[in-house]
Amino acid sequence: MTDILQIQSLNKSFGGIKATDDLNLSVQTGELHAIIGPNGAGKTTLISQLSGGQKPDTGKILFKGRNIAGQPAYKRASLGITRSYQITSLIMEMSVLDNIALAVQAGDGHSFRFLRPARSISHLRDRALELLKQVDLAEKADHQTVALSHGEHRRMELAIALASEADLMLLDEPMAGLGTHESHQMVELLRGIKGRHTILLIEHDMDAVFALADRISVLVYGHIIATGTPAEIRDNEAVQHAYLGEE
Amino acid sequence: MTRRTLLTIVVMVLVGLLPPLLYWSGNAFYLDLATRLVILAIAATSLNLILGYGGMVSFGHAAFVGLGAYAVGIPAHHWLYGGMDAIATTSGYVQIALAVGVAGFFALLTGLVCLRTTGVYFIMITMAFAQMAYYLILSIEEYGGDDGLVIDTRSEFNWISLDDPIQLFFLAYVSLVIAMLIVRMIVNSRFGMVLQGAKGNPERMATLGFNVYVFRLVAYVISGAMAGYAGALLGNFTTFISPEMMDWSRSGELMFMVILGGASTSVGPVIGAVVFIVLEEFLSHFTIYWHLPFGLMLMAVVLFARGGFVGMLTKRKDR
Repeated sequence: MTDILQIQSLNKSFGGIKATDDLNLSVQTGELHAIIGPNGAGKTTLISQLSGGQKPDTGKILFKGRNIAGQPAYKRASLGITRSYQITSLIMEMSVLDNIALAVQAGDGHSFRFLRPARSISHLRDRALELLKQVDLAEKADHQTVALSHGEHRRMELAIALASEADLMLLDEPMAGLGTHESHQMVELLRGIKGRHTILLIEHDMDAVFALADRISVLVYGHIIATGTPAEIRDNEAVQHAYLGEE
Repeated sequence: MTRRTLLTIVVMVLVGLLPPLLYWSGNAFYLDLATRLVILAIAATSLNLILGYGGMVSFGHAAFVGLGAYAVGIPAHHWLYGGMDAIATTSGYVQIALAVGVAGFFALLTGLVCLRTTGVYFIMITMAFAQMAYYLILSIEEYGGDDGLVIDTRSEFNWISLDDPIQLFFLAYVSLVIAMLIVRMIVNSRFGMVLQGAKGNPERMATLGFNVYVFRLVAYVISGAMAGYAGALLGNFTTFISPEMMDWSRSGELMFMVILGGASTSVGPVIGAVVFIVLEEFLSHFTIYWHLPFGLMLMAVVLFARGGFVGMLTKRKDR
C-alpha cells in the first residue's frame, strides 16, 4: 500500500505551549486511521493544520507526495482533502438539503454560474438526496438546519464530508456529544463507508475506535508515541502509561 | 403563493400605479417623490445583494451612487462648456455605460482591499473609501467643488425623453423591477448559494473548496455597478449633483432602507425606501428634527421585528 499522507517533523506552538511537537505520521491509501490521545494532546490542532485552518511553524505535510503545508484551506479541498468539525459547523440559515447540495456543488466545479436557479439543477439535488439517505436524513431534507438535533447535525457533517468524494477525509470527533444509541448509529455509518475512503479519524470514544480502526496512532503532548493495529496498541506499555498515569 | 410573493406583488403594483394616477389627477408633486423613491430603491436593492445575502455590511454605498451621477454630469458639463472631448457627450447610452463602468471599477479597486477584512473593520474601511471619493470630487473645482454641478441637459435617448417626468418615472420603475429580478436570479444561482453560504459560515465554505474572497469580490462589483446605474438615474432626476450625495450619512440611509424593510428579501429594500421617503416627507412637515423619531423607529424595528417590515408582515407559517 502507498501512503496518501505523510507528515514529517511537524511543529506548532501557541506561545509557550507546544501543541504539535516533532510529529511524524503516515496514512495509507484506503485505511481508517484513528488518532487517540488524552485531552489537550493536540488532536484538533493537528486536523486544522492538515485542512489548512492553521499553518504549521515548521515541518512538511506531504499529500500524494506534494508538500501542502503552506496552501490555503480552499486549495487543499480542491486537491482532495475534506474535514468534518468537532463543533458542528453547518450553515444554520439554510435548509438541510441546501447545505448538502452546496457541498456537492463544491465538487462539481461550476460555481461561477449566475443564471439557472441552483435548486433546479437536478444532478446536484439528486446526489444531495442520495447522501442524505445514506446518513438516514432524507425525510429531513426540507427542514431548516437550525431546527435539527445535535445527532442529526453530526450526521449532516458526515454527509458533507462524503459529498466532496475527497481522497482523504478528516473526521474530527464525529461522535462528540452523542448518546449511546446515536453513537452506535454513527459507528455503523462509518463502518459502511470504511474501505471506500481513506479516513483519518479523531475520536474519544474508545469502543468506536477499536471497533473501526485499521491502525491507531497515539498522540501525547503533540507527539506520536505509538502506531499500530488495535491489538498492538492495546498491549503497548507506553500507551497504557500515558492513559493510566505513572502509578 | 407564499405571503411574501403576495406582498411583493402588492407593493410593486402600488408603487408602479399610484404615483402616475396621482400625477394625472393633478398632484405632480407625488410623482416627483415617487421617482426619487424608486431610484433609491434600486440603490438599496443593489446594497441588499451584498448586505442582505452576502453579509457584507458596506457603509460606503453612496459613493457608487455619487460616481454614477457624476458620470452623467461631467460628460454633460464638457459637452456644454468644452474640454475633455473624449467624454463630452449627452448620449444616455455612453453616460450609463460610463456610470456602470466607473462605479464597478471603483468597487473592484476598493473591494480588493476592503474584502480582506470582515466585521467592524469592513464597515470602517468601506466608509473610509467612500469618504475618499467624496473629498476627491469635493476638491475638483471645475465640477463645482462643494457647490455641486448643475446638469443642464439630461441624458438623451432616441426612444424616451427624460425631460418628461412620467417617462423618467417609468424608466426608473422598470429599472427597479429588472434590478430586483437580476438580484433574485443571482441569489438563487449556484454563485448565489455560495455567497449565502459564505455569509452563514465562511470557514465551512473554505473547507468545501470555495475561495470565499473571490465570490464576495464579484458580488461587490456587481452591487457597485448596479448602484452606479441608480446614480445615473438620480443625476437625471435631480439635475443637480453635489459631493453631498456621497456623504457617509447617505450610505447610512441606504442601510436603513435595507434593514428597515427586510434584508435578504427582494421587496424589503423597496418597502424600506417607501417608509423612508414617506416618513421623511411627512415628519419633516412637523419638525426639522425628524431624524429623531425616525431613529427611534429604526431601533424599535431592529429590536422587536427581526427581518424588518417584511418579517413583520409575513410572519407565521411562511418560514
